[in-house]
Amino acid sequence: MADLTTEFVGIKSPNPFWLASAPPTDKEYNVRRAFEAGWGGVVWKTLGIDPPVVNVNGPRYGAVWGPDRRLLGLNNIELITDRPLEVNLREIKAVKRDWPDRALVVSLMVPCDEESWKYILGRVEETGADGVELNFGCPHGMSERGMGSAVGQVPEYIEMVTRWCKANTRMPVIVKLTPNITDIRYPARAAKAGGADAVSLINTINSITGVNLDNFAPEPEIDGKGTHGGYCGPAVKPIALNMVAEIARDPETRGLPISGIGGVTTWRDAAEFLALGAHNVQVCTAAMTYGFKVVQEMIAGLSEWMDAKGFASVSDIVGRAVPNVTDWQYLNLNYVTKARIDQEKCIHCGRCYAACEDTSHQAIWMKEGRVFEVNDAECVACNLCVDVCPVEGCITMERLAPGTVDPRTGKVVEADYANWTTHPNNPAAKAAE
Amino acid sequence: MANSPHTPGVVPGRLAREAIEANFSDLHPPLDDHEARVAADRCYFCYDAPCVAACPTEIDIPLFIREIATGMPEAAAKAIFAQNILGGMCARVCPTETLCEEACVRMEAEGDPVEIGRLQRYATDRLMAKGVHPFTRAAPTGRRVAVVGAGPAGLACAHRLAMHGHDVVIYDARPKPGGLNEFGIAAYKTTGGFAQAEVEWLMKIGGITVETGRELGRDLDLATLRRDFDAVFLGMGLAGVNALRAPGEDLENVENAVDFIAELRQAEDLSSLPVGRDVVVVGGGMTAIDAAVQAKLLGAENVTIVYRRAREKMPASEYEQNLAAAKGVRIICEAMPVAVHGDGAVREVEFEYTVETPEGLKGTGERFRLKADQLFKAIGQRLEGAPEGLALEGGKIAVTGPGRTSLEGVWAGGDCTPGEDLTVVAVAEGRDAAEDIHAWLMG
Ligand SMILES: Cc1cc2nc3c(=O)[nH]c(=O)nc-3n(C[C@H](O)[C@H](O)[C@H](O)COP(=O)(O)OP(=O)(O)OC[C@H]3O[C@@H](n4cnc5c(N)ncnc54)[C@H](O)[C@@H]3O)c2cc1C
Ligand SMILES: Cc1cc2nc3c(=O)[nH]c(=O)nc-3n(C[C@H](O)[C@H](O)[C@H](O)COP(=O)(O)O)c2cc1C
Ligand code: SF4
Ligand code: SF4
Ligand code: SF4
Repeated sequence: MADLTTEFVGIKSPNPFWLASAPPTDKEYNVRRAFEAGWGGVVWKTLGIDPPVVNVNGPRYGAVWGPDRRLLGLNNIELITDRPLEVNLREIKAVKRDWPDRALVVSLMVPCDEESWKYILGRVEETGADGVELNFGCPHGMSERGMGSAVGQVPEYIEMVTRWCKANTRMPVIVKLTPNITDIRYPARAAKAGGADAVSLINTINSITGVNLDNFAPEPEIDGKGTHGGYCGPAVKPIALNMVAEIARDPETRGLPISGIGGVTTWRDAAEFLALGAHNVQVCTAAMTYGFKVVQEMIAGLSEWMDAKGFASVSDIVGRAVPNVTDWQYLNLNYVTKARIDQEKCIHCGRCYAACEDTSHQAIWMKEGRVFEVNDAECVACNLCVDVCPVEGCITMERLAPGTVDPRTGKVVEADYANWTTHPNNPAAKAAE
Repeated sequence: MANSPHTPGVVPGRLAREAIEANFSDLHPPLDDHEARVAADRCYFCYDAPCVAACPTEIDIPLFIREIATGMPEAAAKAIFAQNILGGMCARVCPTETLCEEACVRMEAEGDPVEIGRLQRYATDRLMAKGVHPFTRAAPTGRRVAVVGAGPAGLACAHRLAMHGHDVVIYDARPKPGGLNEFGIAAYKTTGGFAQAEVEWLMKIGGITVETGRELGRDLDLATLRRDFDAVFLGMGLAGVNALRAPGEDLENVENAVDFIAELRQAEDLSSLPVGRDVVVVGGGMTAIDAAVQAKLLGAENVTIVYRRAREKMPASEYEQNLAAAKGVRIICEAMPVAVHGDGAVREVEFEYTVETPEGLKGTGERFRLKADQLFKAIGQRLEGAPEGLALEGGKIAVTGPGRTSLEGVWAGGDCTPGEDLTVVAVAEGRDAAEDIHAWLMG
C-alpha cells in the first residue's frame, strides 16, 4: 500500500488532499465533518479584521454545465468570512486541538499595512494553527478595497506583505496567487523574494457565466445587476496546471513548494498536479459539488494508481513531469505522426471528416458506404479528428518510423531530434555544427 | 431423425446445440470500457444515497461507481468486496429492479436507473480476472469455527472469519461448494463456470477448508461440532421442497423444479438434457420463472406457469415476469392444481380457478386442463434437517440480532433463517454473523 502521508512546509498530513479556503472551511462544523470524511488538511476560510464583511443576500454563484447538467465551472462573488474574528479563532483552536494529525492552515486578508498583518498573525499563532496562507487572489469585492487580487497583481506588493509576515510570525507562510495576471512567474518570484515558504495557486478567475436574455443582466444576478466573479471547478484545471508547471520549471522559483489548486475533482487531477510540481493539492468546487465524501475516491484512486505504478510515497510523484515541460522551440520537429482510424471501432458518424474537411487539412476521405480513411499525403497530424471522435481509442496518432517517407512532404523521416532553433526556415537559426 | 420442439414426450436435443448455446449465453452481457464509462457518468454521487440503503450488503455504490468513472475499476472492486465478498455473483443474480436500482434517484427522475448491477459486474470482473485476492488475513487467532453449508451465507461467513484470523472448516452435503450459486441460479445469469471460479478466488484468503459430501444429521451432528469448534455457523439453506398435495403427484415426469435446475446447471452438454414438449410449471417465484424459461430455452414447445393468486401477488418481480413472457412463456394466474392425470407418466394437469376471500384463497368450481408431458413443482422450499434443539420460527431457524440462534455459540443465516431468500441477503447475514462471532470469540 502506497504511503500517502505528506509534509508540506513542515506541516504533516495523512494525505495530500486539503480543502481550499472557501465555504467548506468556513466553520468548525464543516471542518470537523471534513476531517471525519478523510480530508488530510484544510485552509480555513479567509479571515479579516473586524467588523466582518457582509455578503450579498442574493445568489453568490453562477455555473456552467456540461451534458447531463454536470457542473463544469462555478463562479462566485462571495467575500472572505463574514463571521467575527473571535468566533473563527476560537473554533480553529478547538478543531486543531481535537485533530492534531490534520493540517490546519489559516487564510488571511487584511489591509495593506504592517500593523494589521502583525496583529492578525499574532492572533492566529495563539490558536495553534500549523501555518498561514496569504490570500492575494480573491478577484471580486475585496480587490475593489485594495486587497486580494489587487495585491496579487502587483509583484512589489506581494513581496512587501510577504516580508512583513515572515518578520512577524514563526509560522510557515504560504502565498496564494491570483491567475488574473499575464505571467504567473512574476508574482511567484516576488513571493519567493519576500521569503514565502510556499506558493499556492490558483485562486479564481474573473468571469461572467452568462447573461439573462430577458432582462439583460449578467449572471449571477442580484436585482437586475451583476459583477464579475471568480471562476473555478473542472473548467479551470488546464489553466491551473500550466501555471503550476511554469513556476515549477522557472529557474528562479524551482524547488519552491507549491500547493496545487484549481479544478481538482478526481485522483487523476491530483496526480497530474503532483506530477507537474505541486507538493499537495487543495480542493474547493469538487467538495461543494459532491460533498466531503468525494475525497474517498481521491484517496483510493491515488493509492491504487501508485501501487500499480510502484510509487511508494507521494514525493516519488512530485515533479515527475516537470522535466518534460519545455518551450515550443525545443519540440522535436522530426517526430512525424499520422492519424489512424480503427475501422473496427468506427461508428461512421463523420465528425472527423467534418472537422478535417471543413476546418483543417482535407486529409480524411469519405468513401463509399461511409468508410472514413486518412490520406497521409495531407494529414499534418493536428489531432483534431482524435479530439472530436466520439469513440475513445478509435483514432490514434501513429509515429512514422525513421527512414520512411512522409507522403505529405516527400521527405524521409529523420531519426535524429531536431527543433526550430536549427531549422532552415528560422531566420535566427544557429547553424548546426 | 433429430428431435424438435414438436417431438412428443420428454426428450433431449430439441434445438441444435448452437441454438441452445446462444440461448444460454449471458442474460446481461458485460459492459465494455466505454459503456461502463458512460453508465458510470450517470451516477450523481448522491448524499446518503438511497441505493446503498436498498442494498442488503450496503455496498458504497456512489463511491464504487465514481471509481469506475475515474478509471479505477480495481479500486471500485475493493469497495464492493469490502462489503460483499460475493459481489461478483450478486452483480449477476441480484434482482436489482427491486433492490438498488429501484431506489436509484434516476428512477424518480426519468424512470431509468443507473445500471448498478452491470457496473458492479464490470468492476468485480476486472479485479477477479487478475486472479489476485484483495484482502489479507489477520494473524492467526487459534480459534476454529465450523460452517455448515457452502452457499452464499456460509461462504461469506467463512471468508470474513478467515480474514479475522480464525480457522474455518466448511461442511457441505453436496459434492461441490457454492450452494444455489452452483445448483440453483439460472444458467444464463452465471455463465462460464463462474460459481466455482468465484469460490476458488474467495478461498485465496487462506484458512478455510471445505469438506464436501458431509451432511449435518447424517455424517455430522451439532453437538459434536459445538464440542470440537469454538463456534458454529449454520448456512444450510432450504433442502426440502413443498409438495403439491394433489392426486397424481407421483406420476413420472412430475419433478421438483429445483432438481431440474440443479441437473441443468450440472449438465456438461445442455443438448443432451431431456425436456418436455408441453411443460407446466406450478408456482410464482423466481424458481418457477427460472424453470419455465430454461425449459423454453431448451426447446420446449409450450411452457406455462400457473400461479394460484393474482398477478400482482406474484413473488417474481415484474422484470422476471416480462423476461419469461419475452421468451414465450405463458403465465396463467389465479388457478390452483387439483389433479395430475396420466398413465404412468403425466399427460395433463387439472386446475381450478381461484378467488381471494376473507377466509383465504378458495376454488371457484370452474376447472380446466393443460396438456403436459412434464410438470415442475415450484411452490417453495423448506428447511429440512435442522438439528434438534434449535428454536424455530415460521419453519426456519429463529435468530436474534446478527444471526444468534437459541443455542449458545451457534449462529445461522441465509435462507434457513427468516427473511427474504436472496443471494445478497444470505451474504449480508453470513458476514454479519461472522463479525458477531469474531467479537464473541475475542471479547
Ligand atoms: C432456482 C432458484 C433460483 C434463484 N435465483 C436467484 C436469483 O436470481 N437471485 C437471487 O438473489 N437469489 C436467487 N435465488 C435464491 C438464492 O439462491 C438463495 O437465497 C441463496 O442461495 C441462499 O443462500 P444460502 O447460503 O442460505 O443457501 P444455499 O445457497 O441453499 O446453500 C446451502 C448449502 O448448504 C448445504 N446443506 C444443506 N443442508 C445441509 C446439511 N444438512 N449438511 C451440510 N450441508 C447442507 C447445501 O448443499 C448448500 O450447498 C434462487 C433460488 C432458487 C432455488
Ligand atoms: C464560494 C467560494 C469562495 C471562496 N473563497 C475564498 C476565500 O475566502 N479565500 C481564498 O483564498 N480562496 C477562496 N476561494 C477560492 C478557492 O479556495 C480555490 O482557490 C478555487 O475555488 C479553485 O479551486 P477549485 O477549482 O477546486 O474550486 C473561494 C472559492 C469559492 C468557490
Ligand atoms: S444551498 Fe442551502 S443556503 Fe444555499 S440557497 Fe440552497 S438551501 Fe439556501
Ligand atoms: S469521428 Fe470517429 S467514429 Fe466518427 S467517423 Fe470518424 S473515426 Fe469514425
Ligand atoms: S441513487 Fe443512483 S444516482 Fe444516486 S448514488 Fe445511487 S446509483 Fe448514483
